[in-house]
Amino acid sequence: MELLWILIKIIIVFAVVMLHVMYATYFERKVIGHMQVRMGPMRVGPHGILQPIADGLKLFFKEDIIPTVADKKVFYAAPLICLISALSAVAVIPFFQGFAIANINIGLLYIFAMSSLASYGVVLAGWSSNSKYSFLGGLRSSAQVISYEIAMGLSLVGVMMLAGSLNLTDIVNAQMSSSWKIYLIPQIIGFFVFVVAMLAETNRTPFDLPEAESELVAGYCTEYSGMRFALFFMAEYIGMIIMSCLAVVCFLGGWSGPFEVPGIPFFWFLLKVYFFIFFYYWVRATLPRYRYDQLMALGWKVLIPLALFNIVLTGTIKSLFG
Amino acid sequence: MVQLLFFYFAFVVIALGLRIVTCKNPVHSVLLMLVLFFHMAGFYLLLNAEFLAAVQIIVYAGAILVLYLFVLFLVNLKEEVRMSPFIEKGKWLGIVGALALFVTFLRGVKSFTLGPHGTYTIEKVQQLTHTKAMGEAVYTTYILPFEIAGIILLVAVVGGLALAKREKKGA
Repeated sequence: MELLWILIKIIIVFAVVMLHVMYATYFERKVIGHMQVRMGPMRVGPHGILQPIADGLKLFFKEDIIPTVADKKVFYAAPLICLISALSAVAVIPFFQGFAIANINIGLLYIFAMSSLASYGVVLAGWSSNSKYSFLGGLRSSAQVISYEIAMGLSLVGVMMLAGSLNLTDIVNAQMSSSWKIYLIPQIIGFFVFVVAMLAETNRTPFDLPEAESELVAGYCTEYSGMRFALFFMAEYIGMIIMSCLAVVCFLGGWSGPFEVPGIPFFWFLLKVYFFIFFYYWVRATLPRYRYDQLMALGWKVLIPLALFNIVLTGTIKSLFG
Repeated sequence: MVQLLFFYFAFVVIALGLRIVTCKNPVHSVLLMLVLFFHMAGFYLLLNAEFLAAVQIIVYAGAILVLYLFVLFLVNLKEEVRMSPFIEKGKWLGIVGALALFVTFLRGVKSFTLGPHGTYTIEKVQQLTHTKAMGEAVYTTYILPFEIAGIILLVAVVGGLALAKREKKGA
């Protein structure tokens, strides 16, 4: 019976996440369109509302081309590694009090572990395609993800110290019972580092060098087509959703809000996650791309020292007043 | 159930270990190694050591193995390199050494006792959560070995920097 309930939960969460991925693409095109004084997609359905379905059908029925010199096994496995590692991270996210597929004690570490696996999918996709552009894109991406993962992990150590737990539900509850209600205020440095690392970790503008189209065509997924390309695309958007959820859970108090919304316990959670997704698009429409050496310098020389400083500061204040 | 899982993990780890050394393509070896690390993490989970399981994936799979991949890409060897052995009759030395090691392990297995040791029983670890239990042990009882390990790592970092850093010309 318990197993059945877990299965139902998985199906619900999977369907909801996939629906969000579909409409995140539509939302992105609309938001960026309006920011650039265009309309965005308008043709398919009223205001282009059916566009994601049309895109999905197109990708599904498109011919799947595999380069003859590609390493076939690795070529098949790479998009799956990306998608599976992205989807498995959703399992530990608490959407509201008592609702997470797996409420485990090391939730935060589990998400790090899964997001570090995504770089395998990318680097192996680049290698197995046997093409210059793919390979360079893959190498860039994995170097970037490894560098920024350190900054991201360190930026969340402050949250762990304040909450005294790695369990995501406990972190939210600890925030609600703290005097600030959200960790955004005492952990403002950590939050800043996290947000920058979050953009870099998901390979989004201004850190989207792995897929810099002006120099690398489409980066690591240049040689992929049809459904396999769609898998990478989905993994990227699921990654964005997970990072937004993590930011909401660790810094913005999860599902808690200024007042209870009757009947919709996940109202505030979704609202905050949508804000972060909007933030991604906002940044994309605003900022130009970093140069590669600037990106590495920012990660290693600014973000990591800042995150370490935040840990020391948090430790000192906690030992003095906490 | 637990025993079934244990035998599954043990079987896969051994089979994959053999496959990794016999695999011709080094990138495939690395991929199989990734799967192996996951099964190692499975062992830790069976032992209620969830923190170690997560660290196993983050550190070994997420960082060290990716660096291996980088090295492989940089040296770009598609097929294995064949070399003549350093020591003549190395094969026989190897066999004797392996046998000696095997006997030592076999003798060593006898001194294992089953079940948890010391003050940390399964119930206590579960109640404290493994992360907290391990943190407490490392930062109180075992603080000295922990610091020594830290210094050894620091020496390695400084050594790496000293090797990688080039002297400036004319300085």
